[in-house]
Amino acid sequence: MPRMTYSEAVKSAIYDEMRRDPRVFIIGQDAQGIFHSGAIAEFGTQRIRNAPISEGAFVGAGIGAALTGMRPVVELGSSTFLYSAMDQIINQAAKNHYMFGGQASVPLVIRAPALYTISTAAHHSDRPWALFAQSPGLKVVVPTTPYDAKGLIKSAIRDGNPVLCFDDVCLSMHMSEVPEGDYTIPLGLADVKRVGTDLTVVSIADAVHQSLTAAKLLASEKISAEVIDIRTVAPLDRTTILESVTKTGRLIVVDPAPGTCSIASEVAAIVAESALEHLKAPIMRLTAPDVPVPFSPELECLMYPRAERIATAARRTVGYSFVRGKTRYM
Amino acid sequence: MTEVTFGNTADAALSKPHLHEMLVRMLRIRMFDEWASRVRSEWIKGPLHNSTGQEGEIVGACTAIRRDDYMTGTHRSHGHPIGKGVRLAPLMAELFGKQTGVCQGKGGSMHLADFRAGSLGESAIVGASMPTATGAALSAQLRGTDQVCLCFFGDGAANCGLFHESINLAAIWKLPVIFMCENNGYAICTPFQQTTSVADIATRGSSYGIPGVIVDGQDVLAVHDAVSTAVKRARIGNGPTLVEAKTYRWCDHQEDYNFPSYRREAEVASWKARDPIEIFAAKLRDSGYLTSEELDQARADVQVEVEAALLFAQQSPAPEPGALLAGVFA
Repeated sequence: MPRMTYSEAVKSAIYDEMRRDPRVFIIGQDAQGIFHSGAIAEFGTQRIRNAPISEGAFVGAGIGAALTGMRPVVELGSSTFLYSAMDQIINQAAKNHYMFGGQASVPLVIRAPALYTISTAAHHSDRPWALFAQSPGLKVVVPTTPYDAKGLIKSAIRDGNPVLCFDDVCLSMHMSEVPEGDYTIPLGLADVKRVGTDLTVVSIADAVHQSLTAAKLLASEKISAEVIDIRTVAPLDRTTILESVTKTGRLIVVDPAPGTCSIASEVAAIVAESALEHLKAPIMRLTAPDVPVPFSPELECLMYPRAERIATAARRTVGYSFVRGKTRYM
Repeated sequence: MTEVTFGNTADAALSKPHLHEMLVRMLRIRMFDEWASRVRSEWIKGPLHNSTGQEGEIVGACTAIRRDDYMTGTHRSHGHPIGKGVRLAPLMAELFGKQTGVCQGKGGSMHLADFRAGSLGESAIVGASMPTATGAALSAQLRGTDQVCLCFFGDGAANCGLFHESINLAAIWKLPVIFMCENNGYAICTPFQQTTSVADIATRGSSYGIPGVIVDGQDVLAVHDAVSTAVKRARIGNGPTLVEAKTYRWCDHQEDYNFPSYRREAEVASWKARDPIEIFAAKLRDSGYLTSEELDQARADVQVEVEAALLFAQQSPAPEPGALLAGVFA
């Protein structure tokens, strides 16, 4: 099985879909110049289109094309550029199917890289998956491995709905085995990336890899952590999360986005509502603080939950006990 | 019988059935809006934005395109689908929020759509349907059809970023869009002159290297001519045209809303004196296309249609409670 990077896997998924479906095409900022330059020879400039810096118009053009039978893949240069197209994404793409009584669907894929950890500072570094998860009708995907990226993006392109796909820039050069043939990973399905029995670590984006590193550390201390990769933020896979917490009785949620009203909050709320009786310790959320991303690398590196912090939280959670109405951490 | 000719039109003279249909659609818009307003307090919740006085520009534009051509519109939503030939009953039922509405009661007055007739939806966000129209035109171009998209927007939208982004995008890709500005002089109560840097929005076409055409919106035939020329240009791959129809809404921005006085009575009266329906009917009578009896008959027929639509809407069931959660995703 060939090994490829996350970026190569994404391209492989899109080009496979362009070969099997003539309705699929790309509109992107500098698409011909950077990301897809190697594919122009095969697909031409009609199907790989350079867009002007007009996010509202070209995301919206994707919507209009999707409403009339095409399957556009629209690519932005940064997750923060989504804000310039906010109305088109939330008011139009997400709502059209419902608002028009199911007459038409919007099979549109929007791709946006989350560029944090690389000193791109406040205007290019957001992780706004929770913001978009508040928009009914929109699916939101955050793959974490080359294998998942290929399968999820293929599903996104074949889906009948608008799918916003974040690429975590921390993962661009990650390598893994990726089958050459066609395969898909269903949207809305979380993935148990590591099986464990003592606690559940639900993670998103690069935090999944941080959690896996933490789990290895913990294993040497005889603490068995189960690591769940959310993969699809909306719709969220409640079942996989609840099954795991029912088994382990402990939950840490790790999310590199700001904590207030985050996906971490949502996962915590779901477990608190539906699995409280299985909990042996309070739920812990490890997120970024509610601050804009600072430029200084020395400051930015303090923001995101890293493996050591996850491991520390895990030890604390496992050491927690509840005795005669009094709680304490060992 | 004198042939009605239309200036420098791209088409030959219109046939009598075509002219009759234009008149009928204008009457439908007028009476649909009048009756909806009349029954509003008892039957319709939410705002109603009528097009009374603007029927000429709507029908002139809509009848210059084919049924398989696309159309997008605005919060002033009823006239566009009626102009495109959509049946009245499902539209009225939509205003009533009924299950039989064209959007199953989920869109309402500001979000009408009928995809079977190429009506891709009205958007209640000013300017927001301009990218949709651009994308529908891109779709037609990529699929190699000769379909065009007629994009209605108001004078207020001409100061939105999406106006500029969309026209630029359509111009660089030579997309078959007719950008149809309904300049009715006011954004709610704010006069056009206060908010717009130019006297004529059509002049902004030159900023994007496309033709800009000013037309008398009260003259359905003049509008039909101008739009026909734009459509012809679009179909052969020469790209978009910006058409600005000077028009006026007799009514306020929305019905039953207590607006302060913002228009001089003499101004309103001068526009009411130029009723697009009366102007057209007189022209048809004078040229021998239509007798007074036939005109009366057309009014009576449309009256029956509107009454039937009202009855249909009144008697239709409300959506089932289960519809609330259904249809978020395709």
